[in-house]
Amino acid sequence: MITITKPKPFEEIKQYLKRSKGVYLVGCGTCATMLHTGGKSEVLSMKDKLEAEGKKVTGWMVIPTGCDPLAGKALETKADDINAADSILVMSCSFEVQTVRLYSPNKSVYPALDTMFIGKEERPGYFAEVCLQCGSCILGRTAAICPLVRCAKLLFNGPCGGSVGGKCEVDPGTPCGWQQIIDRLTTLGQLDQLEEIEPVKDWSTSVSGGPRQITFEL
Amino acid sequence: MKAGTNLEKVLESGQFAVTAEAGPPKGTNPDVIRKRGELLRSGCDAVNITDNQTAIVRMSSLAGCILLKQMGVEPVMQMVVRDRNRLALQSDVLGGVAFGIGNFLCLSGDHQKFGNHPTARGVFDIDSIQLIQMLKKMRDEKKFLGGDDISGEAPLFIGAAENPFADPFEYRVHRLAKKIKAGVDFIQTQAVYDVARFAQWMKMVTEMGLDKQVHILAGVIPIKSAGMARYMKSSVPGVSVPDSIVTRMAGTKNAKEEGVNIILEIIGQIRQIPGVHGVHIMAVGWEEIVPDIVGRAGLLPRPKL
Ligand code: SF4
Ligand code: SF4
Repeated sequence: MITITKPKPFEEIKQYLKRSKGVYLVGCGTCATMLHTGGKSEVLSMKDKLEAEGKKVTGWMVIPTGCDPLAGKALETKADDINAADSILVMSCSFEVQTVRLYSPNKSVYPALDTMFIGKEERPGYFAEVCLQCGSCILGRTAAICPLVRCAKLLFNGPCGGSVGGKCEVDPGTPCGWQQIIDRLTTLGQLDQLEEIEPVKDWSTSVSGGPRQITFEL
Repeated sequence: MKAGTNLEKVLESGQFAVTAEAGPPKGTNPDVIRKRGELLRSGCDAVNITDNQTAIVRMSSLAGCILLKQMGVEPVMQMVVRDRNRLALQSDVLGGVAFGIGNFLCLSGDHQKFGNHPTARGVFDIDSIQLIQMLKKMRDEKKFLGGDDISGEAPLFIGAAENPFADPFEYRVHRLAKKIKAGVDFIQTQAVYDVARFAQWMKMVTEMGLDKQVHILAGVIPIKSAGMARYMKSSVPGVSVPDSIVTRMAGTKNAKEEGVNIILEIIGQIRQIPGVHGVHIMAVGWEEIVPDIVGRAGLLPRPKL
């Protein structure tokens, strides 16, 4: 599993930092390093770009795993450099942006990347979304392929009329998720499973239900 | 009778039905609908009003259907799940019934990417099969999807689309069976140009006995020009246009006449296929040709039931 990110337009980043006198940069040693969006070299080139714009960069670090609670400890080790800045620019996924926010109550925290999706590398260099965390998983009825992220219309009961040659009507480069589900069920000899009508979805367990949280007895 | 609409009566009487399609304006003028309604009035049994077709914003299907109803033309109200959630869809059905609308067509809708608001959020709260099921529940149990009682009757004649030309081909007929299970009463298909493939699909339909459980109307779109033939072939998802048609349209001096000839041939062939109960003519922006096509196909006058 990997969180897929892509760089935001530099103009947008400049807007965020308009009022900042000093900026501290944070990258991530895991997903963002692997994708070349927020590893050491990207952080250093961002530093150059910001300095070329006249911004003061007070320091930088690449946290080994930015979404981990240890990120807090890592930030403490550089407290002086961070305190010299008034904002922190995070070159990682939204998890790290919000982790840094949690440990930096007095600093403005901004994202330098767009967090796109949680994906899986299905063949070298090809990442596809696997799950949107809907909270009521239907994979058990769809050959373990998620139609919510693999079908452009989030259909629950089979392919739309635009599925042609295994491709989605929305983009000829994108596989039709329902073709994939049908192919797999055919291989498994379980295509009859699709005869049942999938009931309407309970979206209340998803974003429609409001902020999601849970407390575990530890 | 489920809704007692003209379309339902024609189909139940076993006669070959004719429906047509009219697109609402990209604006506020009701006369656009009235004019199309007038053109189509005598040539068909009911007129579909599209619902933000190809994801382009237009006057609502509900308003268009009311305008038709007011002039005594029977509407089919198209509903896509792309733009509305289960609450909005149900309230539009109630409003439609209040104005005497009885035919409803349940669709997924073209993806918003193709329209004039490509960055919109697609709703897709429920899918088209679940929409059929929801309407059936409203009609038969007089209940909303959520379980509350509906006050008053909800007589609905429930339609859906099916595309025999999309993939996976073998699965298509099972998807139709699923729509029947959900409660669909009639089907209007995607435009038929490849009659051989359509006949192959209909053979599977009749072998499974599905033609006895649902009324199938074959869709046709008259082609106006060689450019349109090429466009339909290359750019409309899920439409299959044989090369022979493109060649014929390219090789003629009178493209409109040739387009009509082609459609008449297709309608003639479709009528020979067992299990087909009607034809649905989608003359997008060329509504005036419809009475002509229906007349030359020998389908006039339309039955008065
Ligand atoms: S059904 Fe929901 S939980 Fe299951 S894979 Fe899809 S989005 Fe994730
Ligand atoms: S073509 Fe396939 S993936 Fe694309 S919207 Fe239709 S069913 Fe979904």
